Amino acid sequence: MRKPLLIQIVFALVIAIGFGWAALNVAGNLERQGIASGFGFLSSTAGFGIISSLIPWTETSSYGRALVVGLLNTLLVSSLGIVLATILGVATGVARLSPNWLLAKVAGFFVELMRNLPLLLIIFFLYFGVLRLLPSPSESLSLGDVIFLNNRGLYVPWFFSVPELDGFDFTGGLAITPEFIALLAALVLYTAGFIAEIVRGGILAVPPGQREAALALGLSRTQMLRMVILPQALRAIVPPLTSQYLNLTKNSSLAAAIGYPDLVQVFAGTVLSQTGQAVEIIAITMGVYLIISLLIALAMNIWNERTRIIERGAA
Amino acid sequence: MMTWLRRFSPRVVLAVSTGLFLAPSLLASPATLETIVKRGFLNCGVNQGLAGFSSPDAQGNWVGLDVDYCRAIAAAVLKDATKVKYRPLSAKERFTALQSGEIDVLSRNTTWTISRDASLGLDFVGVTYYDGQGFMVRKKSKIATAKKLNGATVCVNAGTTTELNLADWFRTLGQKYKILSFEKNDEVVAAYDAGRCDAYTTDQSGLFSERNKLKNPDDHVILPEIISKEPLGPAVRQGDDAWADIARWVLNAWLEAEELGLTQASIDQAKASPNPNIRRLVGVEGDFGKMLGLDPEWAMRIVKQVGNYGESFERNLGASTRLKIVRGQNRLWKDGGLQYPLPLR
Repeated sequence: MRKPLLIQIVFALVIAIGFGWAALNVAGNLERQGIASGFGFLSSTAGFGIISSLIPWTETSSYGRALVVGLLNTLLVSSLGIVLATILGVATGVARLSPNWLLAKVAGFFVELMRNLPLLLIIFFLYFGVLRLLPSPSESLSLGDVIFLNNRGLYVPWFFSVPELDGFDFTGGLAITPEFIALLAALVLYTAGFIAEIVRGGILAVPPGQREAALALGLSRTQMLRMVILPQALRAIVPPLTSQYLNLTKNSSLAAAIGYPDLVQVFAGTVLSQTGQAVEIIAITMGVYLIISLLIALAMNIWNERTRIIERGAA
Repeated sequence: MMTWLRRFSPRVVLAVSTGLFLAPSLLASPATLETIVKRGFLNCGVNQGLAGFSSPDAQGNWVGLDVDYCRAIAAAVLKDATKVKYRPLSAKERFTALQSGEIDVLSRNTTWTISRDASLGLDFVGVTYYDGQGFMVRKKSKIATAKKLNGATVCVNAGTTTELNLADWFRTLGQKYKILSFEKNDEVVAAYDAGRCDAYTTDQSGLFSERNKLKNPDDHVILPEIISKEPLGPAVRQGDDAWADIARWVLNAWLEAEELGLTQASIDQAKASPNPNIRRLVGVEGDFGKMLGLDPEWAMRIVKQVGNYGESFERNLGASTRLKIVRGQNRLWKDGGLQYPLPLR
């Protein structure tokens, strides 16, 4: 027992010294090259605009606030994406196993298409392809004169405020930008393709006897899925599903390509260019993604633990 | 699934990790000139594609005013204007590429500002093009002045002075606007062309150049307002003053050649000229080449292989090109412009 412990301590020390040396090296190199360093920039005035923000943002806000704006936008698109991709993925996975030939084939085609296209391509296709088809604000498509769709986005009523055309654009109501819609749709479609396969694999991993027993008891197909198959399949589904949730969150950083103001676009993009403090900004960005990913993994591990215990109790 | 990493732009990440793990001595090597001569070519950071400044032609050769500046350095330092390796850079990547030593000189329509000069570890060496920020809108919108853009959505390139000037402009007027910023130029233009934005803003030279990429260039009009000063110039890494001197004087010799009337066609006869200014530039009098660590004919080769500044301007941006940019404030000082070559003596 003693020897392994010593090795562990030495190993930890080596790593700590390595990181310490790297940090000193960076600081020394930056100073020698006359490049600004430190984290003081976070409180300086940003001076640029951001198209959509969940918290109040003006040009006089600080770079630190820009970090929060970007982070919240990342969390918004990721969390909505995870929920929608799960719904679509589970539905597609189940549909692929459906006795209905057409439904199974359509689901199979969708899965193969999404899994075999690069995500960036899907994003560009949805963004520029759809954008070109939509009319300008003055020729908006409208539904009952309260919901409007044009190439500036989707406008819906929100808290007694109805969108209205005012000059260049609509004001009032809730405006959802095309960048957000395209990014969210692409992330959902792409990830759903993978989730569908995980769900299908999980269902197939349930011994056929379970299915036969359920049918023999006279359960309908839906009842069988909901009460017998899916609870057991979850055991095999949850661990790989965690990876997909992590992927979706990290993939949301492709937002920069179509100008959705996520963490990478705002902070590791605009703020980095305006301050030039690449080392600090990339380090913060990596740290933030790491924290988000670890939190998702933690939540999923708790869920995984639960599904396992239920399974044991049932057996 | 590493695609997300791509958005961080490999160069920035590479530079950061290089900074972390490279031995200090490797980063702080000051003798840029020696390194370039030993390497045999110049690493030049340029725009990924801005017609007239730097873009690949039909044969895949890089051409443009910014490109010609790098060719001039190669002609002076390596005696061959073709010995340049071009690194196309996005606005976001450009400074990190220079800081990390990936390029020797940044010649990428970059505005000289105090924050860049003082905090990014680089030195600007002069101005190759005096520019200013403008707006482009659709003709059918019937907007005649940038003051009528209240409430408009504007497309810009992320990480530029443009992004900040735009915010300043609307703040000063007390008007509302929406800004949509993309990492790559091509996506800015595509989004504007698709009708996502009411206006597109960048340096005016860029507007002329990018207008040709639109589906129907004639449907668009550039507004008369210039909302900022954008002196565009090359920059080198801070800390190697000898290399900064070379970069600065290549630019001045390039301009001075125009002032002296030396052209690519006539330069061979210049050595016989009685004019002492010309004799100094071509290296028959004085030893300025030696002072810079170069040979006496360094400046003469710039004119012979690249042409003078005015020739390069006409070839890349002038009336004979698709851009048809009027020389305006980029004329020499004696013709009423701002280009004022410092004396070579």
